[in-house]
Amino acid sequence: MDFLNPVINGFAVVLEPTNLLYCLIGVVIGMLIGVLPGLGPAATIAILLPLTYNVEPVTAIIMLAGIFYGAQYGGTITSVLLRLPGEASSVVTVFDGYQMAKQGRAGTALGLASIGSFIGGTASIIGLTFLAPIVASFALDFGPPEYTALAMLGILLVATISSGSKAKALIAAALGLLLATVGRDIFTGESRFTFGSLQLADGIDFVPIAMGIFGLGEILYNLEERHRAAKAPSKVTNVWPSRKDLKQASGAIGRGSVLGFFLGILPGGGATIASMASYAMEKKRAKQPERFGKGAPEGVAGPETANNAAATSSFIPLLTLGIPANATMALMFGALLIQGVTPGPQLVEQNPELFWGVVNSMYIGNILLLIMSLPLVGIFVKILRVRAAILAPVTALITLLGAYTINNSMFDVTLVVVFGIVGYLMKKFGFEPGPLVLAFVLGELLESSMRRSLLVFGGDPLGFFGRPISATLLLVFVLVAVLPAIRGAIAKRKNTVTASAATPDIKEKV
Amino acid sequence: MTPDTNLDDLTPEQLAAQWEEEKPPAAGALANAASSLVVLAVGIAAAALSTAMGLGTPDKPQPGLWPFLISIVMVALGLFQLIAGRHNRDAEKFTRMSAAPLTGLVTLAAMVSLMPLIGFELPALVLCVIWMRFLGGETWRSTLVVSAAVVISFYAIFVLALNTSVPHLF
Repeated sequence: MDFLNPVINGFAVVLEPTNLLYCLIGVVIGMLIGVLPGLGPAATIAILLPLTYNVEPVTAIIMLAGIFYGAQYGGTITSVLLRLPGEASSVVTVFDGYQMAKQGRAGTALGLASIGSFIGGTASIIGLTFLAPIVASFALDFGPPEYTALAMLGILLVATISSGSKAKALIAAALGLLLATVGRDIFTGESRFTFGSLQLADGIDFVPIAMGIFGLGEILYNLEERHRAAKAPSKVTNVWPSRKDLKQASGAIGRGSVLGFFLGILPGGGATIASMASYAMEKKRAKQPERFGKGAPEGVAGPETANNAAATSSFIPLLTLGIPANATMALMFGALLIQGVTPGPQLVEQNPELFWGVVNSMYIGNILLLIMSLPLVGIFVKILRVRAAILAPVTALITLLGAYTINNSMFDVTLVVVFGIVGYLMKKFGFEPGPLVLAFVLGELLESSMRRSLLVFGGDPLGFFGRPISATLLLVFVLVAVLPAIRGAIAKRKNTVTASAATPDIKEKV
Repeated sequence: MTPDTNLDDLTPEQLAAQWEEEKPPAAGALANAASSLVVLAVGIAAAALSTAMGLGTPDKPQPGLWPFLISIVMVALGLFQLIAGRHNRDAEKFTRMSAAPLTGLVTLAAMVSLMPLIGFELPALVLCVIWMRFLGGETWRSTLVVSAAVVISFYAIFVLALNTSVPHLF
């Protein structure tokens, strides 16, 4: 039972009053921003990063994780009641959830979604508990060449799986890598791109970049967005689904858990893709697919289960390899670095309280969320009355003052505003901000591993192909990089310009 | 927007199409070209600066080698985007609505430059009033009441409770 000892100790960490409190704060904030259309979890986590400076690392991550999976629960509520997806990962829930609400079964839809989310989340934590240590022990042998390949593959996958133009996402990633080189060169100590500024000599901090590009950029962008008129929601009654509904949805919940778990692990995957894949799968499997879009309970239960399972399992690459699988995980990575903890395979061994504390806090968080979304759902529906016009200046002020408190410096605040402009313009011109932040976080790791590897190989880049794991990873890298181009060329030759088939373009709200 | 009675009966496909329509208008080829040119300019400038830092060889790299590699990738992607991405429709047009973020930005910049001089309270109050009344269309009454409440609570949190050194007037 040696394996289980640290797991059980992890519960002791979670049950400390401070950690319980921060878990509660995290899931409540997550639920709130999930309900309110506009800011997504990544933006919220970015804005709240200064809060984590004065607390223990495990406490900080417990709270940030709570925001992330809490938002998956909250996003459902507006999808079902108002047909306004609070989060990108709840977009498909709109199709059947709103129809159910119209038939007077809003409570059932919400209840099924919460129960599904709870089961998906819990199943995913259990998977995480068993899979993570195995991945970590496998990765313990990784040297600089493997990390070089892994980081490159991670950045490429996140950029290519993103919803917009791949080339633009890669440009954003390159910009992130470039920004990461500002400051002192770790090998020679020379200054790079500092333009004589003392404040840039130590490089740009992760927090102002994240707060600016994700936080302020999103706030500015939302100022412009026409807000869809929201009708006051009808009263929600009877959130407890009947046994028949549960039975009908149980298959969808089971499949959603598994699908979400695996899609969450993949770099670039995550909650949004998982929910869409689950909806597609349920529709394909159904005996009467025409019920979908007209209030099929599986159409709500499946995607909601899958997005929560994926949100949880996307912690695996971060906590075991030190490679964030998506933009939100890049923020967690940054938050851990601030605390002096470098996520990676050694985390399970060297920092078991942190690892298992965070993992086990998710059980508690999911239970809290189940309570909040079943009996207390009425309270969160009322939150919808808070108007965006009031929220926007409040979040902007939190961002500015929060940025100041990190180092008590106006320079940081200025940086946040500058990167806010960059973030806004990037969104305007169709460049996704996610890959930039992710690449920025991984930039130093990538450069130092690559230079270390080249030292070992005596400057021969072919050395990367002399080691089985790095060779495989690089091969996958090349495949992922070249495949779309080949596919594009074939499609062009066939000349099948089918007037851009109506694929709903779902933008990831960050 | 059409009355809700019609909206309620939309199929998922129609709903998706409607969301597509409600999206801000796409920008033209000029905006795409401009953004690619900016990327190119950044890439070339970074490449030049990296070369100035010294490149070295792969086994004895100088500080400029790694940034140089990234800049080259960036230039290549910028060129690709300039040519292949001409007709992309993922950039958004600047419309009259874009005045709102611009105004927002001006107030933020003003706040950043005024904060060290006169503290955060008055600039924050002005920012709230502008964002709520002019950008958000709140009534004067709710704007003034909420703005005052927001600034007071920020004072209470950041100055009284957390005791941070945020520059403040009072």
